Amino acid sequence: MKYSLLNLVRNAFSYHENWQEAWTNPGLKKEYDIIIVGGGGHGLGTAYYLAKQFGLKNIAVLEKGWIGGGNTGRNTTIIRSNYLWDESAALYNHAVNLWEGLSSELNYNVMFSQRGLFHLAHTVHDMQEITRRGYSNHLNGIDAEILNKEDVLKKIPFINGDGRYPIMGALLQRRGGTARHDAVAWGYARAAENLGVDIIQNCEVTGINITKGIVTGLETTRGSVKAKKVGLVPAGHSSVLANMAGFQLPINSVPLQALVSEPIKPVLDCVIMSNAVHVYVSQSDKGELVVGAGSDAYNSYSQRGSFDMIEHIMGPLVELFPIFSRLKMLRQWGGIVDVTPDRSPIIGKTPIENLFINCGWGTGGFKATPGSAHVFAETVATGEPSKIAAPFSIDRHYSGALVDEAAAAAVAH
Amino acid sequence: MFVIKCPYCGERDQTEFSCHGESHIARPENPNEVGDVEWGKYLFFRSNPKGMHYERWTHDHGCRRWFNVQRHTVTDKIMQTYKMGQPKPKGIND
Ligand SMILES: Cc1cc2nc3c(=O)[nH]c(=O)nc-3n(C[C@H](O)[C@H](O)[C@H](O)COP(=O)(O)OP(=O)(O)OC[C@H]3O[C@@H](n4cnc5c(N)ncnc54)[C@H](O)[C@@H]3O)c2cc1C
Ligand SMILES: [Zn+2]
Repeated sequence: MKYSLLNLVRNAFSYHENWQEAWTNPGLKKEYDIIIVGGGGHGLGTAYYLAKQFGLKNIAVLEKGWIGGGNTGRNTTIIRSNYLWDESAALYNHAVNLWEGLSSELNYNVMFSQRGLFHLAHTVHDMQEITRRGYSNHLNGIDAEILNKEDVLKKIPFINGDGRYPIMGALLQRRGGTARHDAVAWGYARAAENLGVDIIQNCEVTGINITKGIVTGLETTRGSVKAKKVGLVPAGHSSVLANMAGFQLPINSVPLQALVSEPIKPVLDCVIMSNAVHVYVSQSDKGELVVGAGSDAYNSYSQRGSFDMIEHIMGPLVELFPIFSRLKMLRQWGGIVDVTPDRSPIIGKTPIENLFINCGWGTGGFKATPGSAHVFAETVATGEPSKIAAPFSIDRHYSGALVDEAAAAAVAH
Repeated sequence: MFVIKCPYCGERDQTEFSCHGESHIARPENPNEVGDVEWGKYLFFRSNPKGMHYERWTHDHGCRRWFNVQRHTVTDKIMQTYKMGQPKPKGIND
């Protein structure tokens, strides 16, 4: 059923009790042409574009928990594309272009809000970093404004420009902002199912069957299933899946956490991030402040962040925004993020034929969801990396052609 | 957050330490003869297990010495700590 004003009115007559399920829970078939492992935004989006763009049929997405229950539903939803290198600019800007039309493409409101994003600079070094990145953004056609202190204070009225972390300037991307994370998973799931994709929840992949170097199927907690092609999109669990197929990845999995405050009236109409003091904050449409912290510095699959990180995040936050000091934090949680040495993702082939992987998005892949899904769908469909995906192969860790985004991604997204 | 037993100082809060990744990764003996793939593996590829992990830590805000930790990455439970140079322990809940 299409979501429209007419259908909203029509359903009001039956007290909204007869809306069709947004997606169903089909059983696992014996065989698929393509199986995507991981029902986060990237995996569901991949299935959607495979069906939509490439007209492929007989596709399933296998998710061990519930869709969007991984990092897609745990992140602080910051979206931007102001990365340093040409390769990243192409990838993340492709995503922002798709974000701009996503709600109507999916007939699902993903609440994409281009409220503008400020990267604060507190030192001469920070100023040099944002200036270099801002100019590189200009060359790549990405909007970037380099602001001085006065501009920042005018645009963000409550910020403390002369505290322990004095503000010297900021890099502003007006096209950046936030979106509703769950809606991204739900919207892609609903749209994919409408095109015939099976979305199988509570189905954990426990083994990958390989014959003579070619993938033939998967073992799951709901039985065996054959597949002609498999795409792995398991985020924090990428190494676990790669291990099942007998290869290692240049990845470490670490916890990353976030917090939200009690809801308050609108006070912050943009996204603020600061690499130097590792804080980022925005205000959700419900009124909660959404605050992100840094990742823990040791490997863990515990899915909870450490307590000392909370102090590291709240200290700088109240220093920058003294008016937040008496707010209560309501909820705190963690996700497991898959971090690569150069902080760029891995998209492409694996040592196993017909087995593809899209991972390594680490602390900052939500913003890339539609772009990542789109280029990965092309990679799986054609068997060769798409033009935008090509620089992000596993092989760059052998050739040395790393795409080093440590400065642009040093803070957790 | 957990407590780590430094082999030199005893039990201290984790915030006194910092982690430096997987241990027992030997540097290729003749770097000049090693090809790109092997060198890349040495530099970047890690086991990243969901389970037992052997890793290097330093006691930054204490004796500042390096040592090894065997820790379970789901529970964060530390099985044992041992000095640098000691071989990878075998058979403990691996
Ligand atoms: C606290 C936090 C804040 C963040 N903030 C931002 C931000 O502000 N901006 C930004 O751009 N990014 C942010 N990120 C990163 C972002 O969330 C991720 O990069 C992105 O959501 C990854 O999407 P995904 O679809 O690849 O992964 P996920 O949504 O994690 O999906 C992977 C799925 O695979 C499933 N899976 C794993 N193993 C198996 C198996 N064996 N069988 C079946 N299924 C399996 C998992 O259950 C999971 O649902 C943040 C992350 C965290 C944790
Ligand atoms: Zn010590």
